[in-house]
Amino acid sequence: MAIIDLANPTRFMRLTDRLLPWLVGATVVSMAIGLYLALYVSPEDYQQGATVKIMYIHVPFAWLSMFAYTVMAIASFGTLVWKHPLSDVSAKAAAPIGAAFTFLCLVTGSLWGKPMWGTWWVWDARLTSVLVLFIMYLGIIALWRTIEDPIRAGKAVAVLTLVGYINIPIIKFSVNWWNTLHQPASVVRMDGPSMPPSILIPLLVNALAFTLLFMTLHFIAMRSEILRRRIRTLRQHEAAGAAGVARATTSVQATASAHSPKTNKAPVEAPS
Amino acid sequence: MRALTSLFVREMQLAIRIGGGVWMGVLFFLCVIVVVPFGIGPDLNLLSRIGPAILWIGALLASLLGLDRLFQADRDDGSLDLLLMGETPLELVVFVKCLAHWAASGLPLVISAPVFALFLNMDPIATAALTVTLVAGTPALTLIGAIGAALTVSLRRGGLLLAILVLPLTIPVLIFGVSASNAALNLTLPFTTPFAILCALTLISAVVEPYAAATALRFASD
Repeated sequence: MAIIDLANPTRFMRLTDRLLPWLVGATVVSMAIGLYLALYVSPEDYQQGATVKIMYIHVPFAWLSMFAYTVMAIASFGTLVWKHPLSDVSAKAAAPIGAAFTFLCLVTGSLWGKPMWGTWWVWDARLTSVLVLFIMYLGIIALWRTIEDPIRAGKAVAVLTLVGYINIPIIKFSVNWWNTLHQPASVVRMDGPSMPPSILIPLLVNALAFTLLFMTLHFIAMRSEILRRRIRTLRQHEAAGAAGVARATTSVQATASAHSPKTNKAPVEAPS
Repeated sequence: MRALTSLFVREMQLAIRIGGGVWMGVLFFLCVIVVVPFGIGPDLNLLSRIGPAILWIGALLASLLGLDRLFQADRDDGSLDLLLMGETPLELVVFVKCLAHWAASGLPLVISAPVFALFLNMDPIATAALTVTLVAGTPALTLIGAIGAALTVSLRRGGLLLAILVLPLTIPVLIFGVSASNAALNLTLPFTTPFAILCALTLISAVVEPYAAATALRFASD
Protein backbone atom coordinates (compact mmCIF):
# COMPACT_ATOMS: atom_id res chain seq x y z
CA MET A 1 0.00 0.00 0.00
CA ALA A 2 1.52 3.29 -1.10
CA ILE A 3 1.21 6.51 0.83
CA ILE A 4 -1.06 7.89 -1.89
CA ASP A 5 -3.64 5.18 -1.12
CA LEU A 6 -4.01 6.76 2.28
CA ALA A 7 -5.09 9.97 0.59
CA ASN A 8 -8.63 8.68 0.83
CA PRO A 9 -9.76 9.69 4.31
CA THR A 10 -12.29 6.86 4.48
CA ARG A 11 -9.60 4.29 3.77
CA PHE A 12 -7.37 5.97 6.35
CA MET A 13 -10.17 5.80 8.91
CA ARG A 14 -10.71 2.11 8.21
CA LEU A 15 -7.00 1.31 8.45
CA THR A 16 -6.46 3.23 11.68
CA ASP A 17 -9.60 1.67 13.08
CA ARG A 18 -7.91 -1.72 12.82
CA LEU A 19 -4.45 -0.40 13.76
CA LEU A 20 -5.31 1.62 16.84
CA PRO A 21 -6.10 -1.19 19.33
CA TRP A 22 -2.73 -2.78 18.54
CA LEU A 23 -0.96 0.56 18.90
CA VAL A 24 -2.64 1.27 22.22
CA GLY A 25 -1.72 -2.20 23.44
CA ALA A 26 1.91 -1.84 22.35
CA THR A 27 2.09 1.56 24.01
CA VAL A 28 0.71 0.33 27.31
CA VAL A 29 2.94 -2.76 27.39
CA SER A 30 6.15 -0.99 26.40
CA MET A 31 5.48 1.90 28.75
CA ALA A 32 4.84 -0.50 31.64
CA ILE A 33 8.10 -2.34 30.90
CA GLY A 34 9.99 0.92 30.40
CA LEU A 35 8.78 2.54 33.60
CA TYR A 36 9.38 -0.66 35.59
CA LEU A 37 12.94 -0.86 34.26
CA ALA A 38 13.51 2.82 34.94
CA LEU A 39 12.08 2.86 38.45
CA TYR A 40 13.12 -0.52 39.86
CA VAL A 41 15.87 -2.08 37.76
CA SER A 42 18.14 0.76 36.68
CA PRO A 43 20.78 1.81 39.21
CA GLU A 44 20.77 5.09 41.04
CA ASP A 45 23.42 7.61 40.15
CA TYR A 46 26.27 7.81 42.67
CA GLN A 47 25.97 11.60 42.72
CA GLN A 48 22.39 12.38 41.83
CA GLY A 49 20.63 9.58 43.71
CA ALA A 50 17.07 8.82 42.68
CA THR A 51 16.59 12.13 40.82
CA VAL A 52 18.46 10.72 37.85
CA LYS A 53 15.31 8.74 37.08
CA ILE A 54 13.65 11.88 35.78
CA MET A 55 15.94 11.38 32.81
CA TYR A 56 13.93 8.35 31.69
CA ILE A 57 10.95 10.51 30.87
CA HIS A 58 12.79 13.78 30.24
CA VAL A 59 14.92 12.47 27.37
CA PRO A 60 11.98 10.84 25.52
CA PHE A 61 10.05 14.13 25.79
CA ALA A 62 13.03 16.01 24.35
CA TRP A 63 13.35 13.49 21.54
CA LEU A 64 9.63 13.69 20.75
CA SER A 65 9.58 17.48 20.79
CA MET A 66 11.89 17.34 17.78
CA PHE A 67 10.26 14.26 16.26
CA ALA A 68 6.83 15.91 16.27
CA TYR A 69 8.21 19.00 14.54
CA THR A 70 9.85 16.79 11.92
CA VAL A 71 6.52 15.04 11.34
CA MET A 72 4.91 18.46 10.92
CA ALA A 73 7.63 19.57 8.49
CA ILE A 74 7.25 16.43 6.35
CA ALA A 75 3.48 16.83 6.40
CA SER A 76 3.82 20.50 5.42
CA PHE A 77 6.02 19.49 2.51
CA GLY A 78 3.27 17.08 1.48
CA THR A 79 0.70 19.85 1.71
CA LEU A 80 2.67 22.28 -0.45
CA VAL A 81 4.11 19.89 -3.03
CA TRP A 82 1.56 17.10 -3.50
CA LYS A 83 -1.51 18.71 -1.92
CA HIS A 84 -1.95 15.39 -0.14
CA PRO A 85 -5.35 15.76 1.53
CA LEU A 86 -4.32 14.09 4.77
CA SER A 87 -1.01 15.85 5.27
CA ASP A 88 -2.44 19.07 6.62
CA VAL A 89 -4.67 17.00 8.89
CA SER A 90 -1.50 15.29 10.10
CA ALA A 91 0.32 18.60 10.58
CA LYS A 92 -2.60 20.09 12.49
CA ALA A 93 -2.97 17.04 14.71
CA ALA A 94 0.76 16.91 15.51
CA ALA A 95 1.07 20.55 16.61
CA PRO A 96 -0.66 20.46 20.03
CA ILE A 97 0.84 17.05 20.85
CA GLY A 98 4.32 18.30 20.00
CA ALA A 99 3.75 21.44 22.04
CA ALA A 100 2.60 19.34 25.00
CA PHE A 101 5.69 17.11 24.80
CA THR A 102 7.95 20.16 24.54
CA PHE A 103 6.25 21.69 27.55
CA LEU A 104 6.66 18.46 29.53
CA CYS A 105 10.31 18.35 28.47
CA LEU A 106 10.80 21.84 29.89
CA VAL A 107 8.90 21.02 33.09
CA THR A 108 10.72 17.76 33.78
CA GLY A 109 14.04 19.44 32.98
CA SER A 110 13.19 22.21 35.40
CA LEU A 111 12.20 19.72 38.11
CA TRP A 112 15.46 17.91 37.55
CA GLY A 113 17.47 21.12 37.53
CA LYS A 114 16.20 22.34 40.90
CA PRO A 115 17.91 19.62 43.01
CA MET A 116 20.90 19.29 40.67
CA TRP A 117 21.79 22.84 39.71
CA GLY A 118 19.98 24.54 42.60
CA THR A 119 17.78 26.56 40.26
CA TRP A 120 14.63 26.05 38.23
CA TRP A 121 16.03 27.59 35.12
CA VAL A 122 19.47 28.04 33.60
CA TRP A 123 20.06 29.92 30.36
CA ASP A 124 21.83 26.89 29.04
CA ALA A 125 22.00 26.52 25.27
CA ARG A 126 19.86 23.39 25.18
CA LEU A 127 17.19 24.67 27.52
CA THR A 128 16.99 27.94 25.64
CA SER A 129 16.64 26.33 22.24
CA VAL A 130 13.89 24.03 23.54
CA LEU A 131 12.13 27.10 24.92
CA VAL A 132 12.37 28.80 21.51
CA LEU A 133 11.00 25.61 19.92
CA PHE A 134 8.09 25.73 22.35
CA ILE A 135 7.32 29.33 21.39
CA MET A 136 7.42 28.33 17.72
CA TYR A 137 4.92 25.53 18.41
CA LEU A 138 2.61 28.01 20.10
CA GLY A 139 2.94 30.41 17.17
CA ILE A 140 1.99 27.64 14.75
CA ILE A 141 -1.03 26.67 16.86
CA ALA A 142 -2.02 30.34 17.04
CA LEU A 143 -1.90 30.60 13.25
CA TRP A 144 -4.03 27.43 12.93
CA ARG A 145 -6.60 29.00 15.19
CA THR A 146 -6.81 32.38 13.48
CA ILE A 147 -7.52 31.34 9.88
CA GLU A 148 -10.99 29.88 9.68
CA ASP A 149 -10.89 27.87 6.46
CA PRO A 150 -8.87 24.67 7.20
CA ILE A 151 -7.40 24.37 3.69
CA ARG A 152 -6.09 27.92 3.61
CA ALA A 153 -4.89 27.68 7.19
CA GLY A 154 -3.08 24.47 6.27
CA LYS A 155 -1.16 26.15 3.46
CA ALA A 156 -0.19 29.17 5.55
CA VAL A 157 0.92 26.98 8.44
CA ALA A 158 2.87 24.75 6.04
CA VAL A 159 4.94 27.73 4.88
CA LEU A 160 5.55 28.79 8.47
CA THR A 161 6.46 25.26 9.58
CA LEU A 162 8.99 24.80 6.79
CA VAL A 163 10.57 28.21 7.38
CA GLY A 164 10.81 27.32 11.06
CA TYR A 165 12.35 23.96 10.20
CA ILE A 166 15.07 25.68 8.17
CA ASN A 167 15.61 28.12 11.02
CA ILE A 168 15.84 25.60 13.87
CA PRO A 169 19.48 24.59 13.15
CA ILE A 170 20.44 28.27 12.75
CA ILE A 171 18.76 29.16 16.05
CA LYS A 172 20.39 26.16 17.74
CA PHE A 173 23.81 27.19 16.41
CA SER A 174 23.46 30.82 17.40
CA VAL A 175 22.14 29.97 20.86
CA ASN A 176 25.20 27.73 21.35
CA TRP A 177 27.42 30.62 20.31
CA TRP A 178 25.58 33.03 22.59
CA ASN A 179 25.79 30.65 25.52
CA THR A 180 29.53 30.02 25.25
CA LEU A 181 29.95 33.77 25.04
CA HIS A 182 27.99 34.48 28.21
CA GLN A 183 28.84 31.54 30.42
CA PRO A 184 32.06 29.61 30.23
CA ALA A 185 31.87 25.85 30.65
CA SER A 186 30.66 25.96 34.25
CA VAL A 187 27.25 24.58 33.42
CA VAL A 188 26.63 20.99 34.36
CA ARG A 189 26.82 18.90 31.25
CA MET A 190 24.90 15.67 31.12
CA ASP A 191 26.92 14.07 28.35
CA GLY A 192 29.58 12.59 30.58
CA PRO A 193 31.11 9.20 29.79
CA SER A 194 29.20 6.94 27.45
CA MET A 195 26.22 5.32 29.13
CA PRO A 196 26.44 1.84 30.60
CA PRO A 197 23.78 -0.58 29.29
CA SER A 198 21.99 -0.63 32.65
CA ILE A 199 20.92 2.95 31.95
CA LEU A 200 20.82 2.85 28.17
CA ILE A 201 18.36 -0.05 27.81
CA PRO A 202 15.62 1.42 30.05
CA LEU A 203 16.11 4.74 28.29
CA LEU A 204 15.68 3.18 24.85
CA VAL A 205 12.61 1.22 25.95
CA ASN A 206 11.10 4.42 27.31
CA ALA A 207 11.94 6.31 24.14
CA LEU A 208 10.18 3.61 22.13
CA ALA A 209 7.18 3.63 24.50
CA PHE A 210 6.76 7.40 24.26
CA THR A 211 7.19 7.34 20.49
CA LEU A 212 4.38 4.77 20.34
CA LEU A 213 2.35 7.03 22.62
CA PHE A 214 2.93 9.90 20.22
CA MET A 215 1.84 7.80 17.24
CA THR A 216 -1.30 6.66 19.06
CA LEU A 217 -2.25 10.19 20.07
CA HIS A 218 -1.42 11.47 16.60
CA PHE A 219 -3.68 8.93 14.90
CA ILE A 220 -6.51 9.64 17.32
CA ALA A 221 -6.10 13.39 16.80
CA MET A 222 -6.06 12.92 13.02
CA ARG A 223 -9.24 10.86 13.17
CA SER A 224 -11.05 13.45 15.22
CA GLU A 225 -9.79 16.21 12.90
CA ILE A 226 -11.16 14.33 9.89
CA LEU A 227 -14.50 13.88 11.65
CA ARG A 228 -14.49 17.54 12.65
CA ARG A 229 -13.98 18.55 9.01
CA ARG A 230 -16.75 16.22 7.89
CA ILE A 231 -19.12 17.81 10.37
CA ARG A 232 -18.05 21.24 9.16
CA THR A 233 -18.72 20.25 5.54
CA LEU A 234 -22.08 18.69 6.44
CA ARG A 235 -23.06 21.86 8.29
CA GLN A 236 -22.09 23.97 5.31
CA HIS A 237 -24.06 21.70 2.99
CA GLU A 238 -27.01 21.93 5.33
CA ALA A 239 -26.80 25.71 5.44
CA ALA A 240 -26.30 25.95 1.69
CA GLY A 241 -29.10 23.40 1.16
CA ALA A 242 -31.50 25.34 3.33
CA ALA A 243 -30.71 28.54 1.52
CA GLY A 244 -30.88 26.77 -1.86
CA VAL A 245 -34.27 25.18 -1.12
CA ALA A 246 -35.68 28.51 -0.09
CA ARG A 247 -34.46 30.07 -3.30
CA ALA A 248 -35.61 27.10 -5.40
CA THR A 249 -39.13 27.07 -4.00
CA THR A 250 -39.62 30.80 -4.54
CA SER A 251 -38.35 30.58 -8.12
CA VAL A 252 -40.50 27.50 -8.77
CA GLN A 253 -43.55 29.27 -7.40
CA ALA A 254 -42.73 32.24 -9.59
CA THR A 255 -42.51 30.12 -12.73
CA ALA A 256 -45.55 28.13 -11.71
CA SER A 257 -47.63 31.26 -11.36
CA ALA A 258 -46.27 32.59 -14.65
CA HIS A 259 -47.51 29.64 -16.73
CA SER A 260 -49.71 27.70 -14.39
CA PRO A 261 -51.56 25.28 -16.68
CA LYS A 262 -48.48 23.50 -18.10
CA THR A 263 -45.98 23.11 -15.20
CA ASN A 264 -48.13 21.43 -12.63
CA LYS A 265 -45.72 18.59 -11.90
CA ALA A 266 -42.60 20.70 -11.19
CA PRO A 267 -43.34 22.49 -7.86
CA VAL A 268 -44.15 19.36 -5.87
CA GLU A 269 -40.70 17.85 -6.44
CA ALA A 270 -38.75 20.44 -4.46
CA PRO A 271 -37.14 18.70 -1.47
CA SER A 272 -38.20 19.99 1.87
CA MET B 1 13.64 46.07 -14.23
CA ARG B 2 11.66 49.21 -14.98
CA ALA B 3 8.66 47.72 -13.26
CA LEU B 4 10.74 46.98 -10.17
CA THR B 5 12.22 50.49 -10.14
CA SER B 6 8.82 52.09 -10.38
CA LEU B 7 7.53 49.77 -7.66
CA PHE B 8 10.40 50.88 -5.43
CA VAL B 9 9.68 54.55 -6.14
CA ARG B 10 5.97 54.01 -5.46
CA GLU B 11 6.65 52.29 -2.14
CA MET B 12 9.01 55.06 -1.06
CA GLN B 13 6.52 57.76 -1.98
CA LEU B 14 3.75 56.00 -0.10
CA ALA B 15 5.98 55.64 2.93
CA ILE B 16 7.28 59.20 3.01
CA ARG B 17 4.07 61.07 2.34
CA ILE B 18 1.35 61.71 4.89
CA GLY B 19 -0.03 58.49 6.33
CA GLY B 20 3.17 56.57 5.69
CA GLY B 21 4.42 56.70 9.25
CA VAL B 22 8.19 56.62 8.67
CA TRP B 23 8.91 58.58 11.84
CA MET B 24 6.61 56.44 13.95
CA GLY B 25 9.23 53.69 14.12
CA VAL B 26 12.00 56.09 15.13
CA LEU B 27 9.76 57.62 17.79
CA PHE B 28 8.95 54.20 19.17
CA PHE B 29 12.66 53.38 19.14
CA LEU B 30 13.33 56.55 21.15
CA CYS B 31 10.58 55.61 23.62
CA VAL B 32 12.09 52.16 24.21
CA ILE B 33 15.54 53.67 24.77
CA VAL B 34 14.10 56.22 27.21
CA VAL B 35 12.04 53.68 29.13
CA VAL B 36 14.91 51.26 29.79
CA PRO B 37 16.92 53.52 32.16
CA PHE B 38 13.76 54.12 34.18
CA GLY B 39 13.51 50.37 34.57
CA ILE B 40 17.11 49.53 35.43
CA GLY B 41 18.33 52.77 37.03
CA PRO B 42 20.49 55.67 35.86
CA ASP B 43 23.87 53.97 36.38
CA LEU B 44 25.91 55.19 33.38
CA ASN B 45 28.51 52.42 33.60
CA LEU B 46 25.85 49.75 33.50
CA LEU B 47 24.05 51.55 30.66
CA SER B 48 27.20 51.83 28.57
CA ARG B 49 27.87 48.13 29.10
CA ILE B 50 24.41 46.95 28.03
CA GLY B 51 23.84 49.84 25.60
CA PRO B 52 24.34 47.79 22.41
CA ALA B 53 21.86 45.20 23.65
CA ILE B 54 19.25 47.85 24.48
CA LEU B 55 19.65 49.53 21.11
CA TRP B 56 19.42 46.22 19.27
CA ILE B 57 16.29 45.15 21.14
CA GLY B 58 14.78 48.59 20.53
CA ALA B 59 15.56 48.35 16.82
CA LEU B 60 14.11 44.84 16.68
CA LEU B 61 10.85 45.90 18.32
CA ALA B 62 10.62 49.08 16.25
CA SER B 63 11.15 47.20 13.01
CA LEU B 64 8.18 44.96 13.85
CA LEU B 65 5.88 47.95 14.06
CA GLY B 66 5.14 48.79 10.46
CA LEU B 67 5.46 45.26 9.11
CA ASP B 68 1.79 44.36 9.26
CA ARG B 69 1.05 47.03 6.65
CA LEU B 70 3.71 45.69 4.26
CA PHE B 71 1.24 43.71 2.16
CA GLN B 72 -2.04 44.53 3.87
CA ALA B 73 -2.30 48.05 2.47
CA ASP B 74 -1.84 46.65 -1.03
CA ARG B 75 -4.44 43.99 -0.37
CA ASP B 76 -6.93 46.56 0.88
CA ASP B 77 -6.75 48.69 -2.24
CA GLY B 78 -6.45 45.74 -4.62
CA SER B 79 -2.97 46.44 -5.94
CA LEU B 80 -1.74 43.16 -4.44
CA ASP B 81 -3.90 41.29 -6.95
CA LEU B 82 -2.29 43.26 -9.76
CA LEU B 83 1.16 42.40 -8.43
CA LEU B 84 0.17 38.74 -8.20
CA MET B 85 -1.12 38.66 -11.78
CA GLY B 86 1.68 40.75 -13.26
CA GLU B 87 4.54 39.38 -15.33
CA THR B 88 7.22 40.32 -12.81
CA PRO B 89 8.05 37.32 -10.60
CA LEU B 90 6.36 37.70 -7.25
CA GLU B 91 9.58 36.79 -5.43
CA LEU B 92 11.31 39.85 -6.93
CA VAL B 93 8.31 42.02 -6.13
CA VAL B 94 8.44 40.87 -2.51
CA PHE B 95 12.18 41.51 -2.40
CA VAL B 96 11.82 45.03 -3.78
CA LYS B 97 8.98 45.78 -1.40
CA CYS B 98 11.15 44.63 1.51
CA LEU B 99 14.02 46.76 0.24
CA ALA B 100 11.77 49.82 0.04
CA HIS B 101 10.29 49.05 3.45
CA TRP B 102 13.78 48.80 4.90
CA ALA B 103 14.87 52.05 3.27
CA ALA B 104 11.81 53.80 4.65
CA SER B 105 11.71 52.30 8.15
CA GLY B 106 14.96 50.44 8.87
CA LEU B 107 17.37 53.06 7.62
CA PRO B 108 15.94 55.84 9.84
CA LEU B 109 16.47 53.52 12.81
CA VAL B 110 20.10 52.98 11.80
CA ILE B 111 20.66 56.72 11.34
CA SER B 112 19.08 57.61 14.67
CA ALA B 113 20.91 54.89 16.60
CA PRO B 114 24.20 56.86 17.04
CA VAL B 115 22.22 59.76 18.50
CA PHE B 116 20.40 57.49 20.93
CA ALA B 117 23.73 55.87 21.84
CA LEU B 118 24.66 59.17 23.49
CA PHE B 119 21.87 58.66 26.01
CA LEU B 120 23.40 55.33 26.96
CA ASN B 121 26.91 56.69 27.45
CA MET B 122 28.42 54.52 24.73
CA ASP B 123 31.93 55.37 23.56
CA PRO B 124 32.58 56.26 19.87
CA ILE B 125 34.03 52.88 18.87
CA ALA B 126 31.08 50.99 20.32
CA THR B 127 28.69 53.39 18.62
CA ALA B 128 30.39 52.92 15.28
CA ALA B 129 30.36 49.15 15.65
CA LEU B 130 26.72 49.20 16.65
CA THR B 131 25.77 51.30 13.64
CA VAL B 132 27.64 48.98 11.28
CA THR B 133 25.95 45.90 12.76
CA LEU B 134 22.55 47.57 12.50
CA VAL B 135 23.18 48.36 8.82
CA ALA B 136 24.08 44.74 8.22
CA GLY B 137 21.37 43.20 10.40
CA THR B 138 18.17 45.22 10.07
CA PRO B 139 17.54 44.13 6.45
CA ALA B 140 17.36 40.56 7.76
CA LEU B 141 14.71 41.67 10.28
CA THR B 142 12.60 43.19 7.52
CA LEU B 143 13.01 40.14 5.28
CA ILE B 144 12.11 37.69 8.05
CA GLY B 145 9.20 39.91 8.99
CA ALA B 146 7.95 39.76 5.40
CA ILE B 147 7.04 36.09 5.94
CA GLY B 148 4.93 36.99 8.94
CA ALA B 149 3.38 39.85 7.00
CA ALA B 150 2.53 37.54 4.11
CA LEU B 151 1.06 34.87 6.40
CA THR B 152 -1.14 37.32 8.27
CA VAL B 153 -2.11 39.42 5.25
CA SER B 154 -5.71 38.27 5.21
CA LEU B 155 -6.26 38.63 8.95
CA ARG B 156 -7.86 41.74 10.28
CA ARG B 157 -5.79 42.00 13.43
CA GLY B 158 -2.63 40.24 12.33
CA GLY B 159 -0.10 42.61 13.91
CA LEU B 160 0.20 40.82 17.23
CA LEU B 161 0.26 37.36 15.67
CA LEU B 162 2.94 38.60 13.28
CA ALA B 163 5.17 39.59 16.18
CA ILE B 164 4.67 36.18 17.82
CA LEU B 165 5.49 34.32 14.62
CA VAL B 166 8.48 36.44 13.67
CA LEU B 167 10.29 37.02 16.97
CA PRO B 168 11.62 33.44 17.46
CA LEU B 169 13.05 33.55 13.94
CA THR B 170 14.90 36.80 14.62
CA ILE B 171 16.82 35.47 17.62
CA PRO B 172 19.97 34.59 15.59
CA VAL B 173 20.13 38.12 14.14
CA LEU B 174 19.83 39.62 17.61
CA ILE B 175 22.50 37.31 19.05
CA PHE B 176 25.09 38.02 16.39
CA GLY B 177 24.27 41.72 16.15
CA VAL B 178 24.75 42.22 19.87
CA SER B 179 27.82 40.01 20.13
CA ALA B 180 29.51 41.79 17.22
CA SER B 181 28.89 45.18 18.85
CA ASN B 182 30.13 43.86 22.18
CA ALA B 183 33.20 42.37 20.53
CA ALA B 184 34.22 45.82 19.33
CA LEU B 185 33.85 47.02 22.91
CA ASN B 186 35.96 44.62 24.95
CA LEU B 187 38.35 43.34 22.28
CA THR B 188 38.61 39.87 23.79
CA LEU B 189 36.84 38.51 20.76
CA PRO B 190 37.40 39.32 17.08
CA PHE B 191 34.75 41.64 15.67
CA THR B 192 34.80 40.06 12.23
CA THR B 193 33.60 36.55 13.18
CA PRO B 194 30.14 37.43 14.52
CA PHE B 195 29.87 40.25 12.00
CA ALA B 196 30.53 37.89 9.11
CA ILE B 197 27.87 35.50 10.44
CA LEU B 198 25.46 38.44 10.77
CA CYS B 199 26.07 39.36 7.12
CA ALA B 200 25.57 35.70 6.18
CA LEU B 201 22.22 35.66 8.01
CA THR B 202 21.09 38.72 6.06
CA LEU B 203 22.16 37.18 2.76
CA ILE B 204 20.45 33.86 3.56
CA SER B 205 17.24 35.67 4.44
CA ALA B 206 17.50 37.66 1.20
CA VAL B 207 17.46 34.36 -0.69
CA VAL B 208 15.00 32.28 1.34
CA GLU B 209 12.46 34.72 2.71
CA PRO B 210 11.15 36.25 -0.57
CA TYR B 211 10.34 32.74 -1.80
CA ALA B 212 8.52 31.81 1.38
CA ALA B 213 6.66 35.13 1.53
CA ALA B 214 5.68 34.88 -2.14
CA THR B 215 4.39 31.34 -1.61
CA ALA B 216 2.37 32.47 1.38
CA LEU B 217 0.95 35.43 -0.59
CA ARG B 218 -0.14 33.17 -3.46
CA PHE B 219 -1.93 30.86 -1.05
CA ALA B 220 -3.53 33.75 0.79
CA SER B 221 -5.08 35.04 -2.42
CA ASP B 222 -6.67 31.74 -3.45
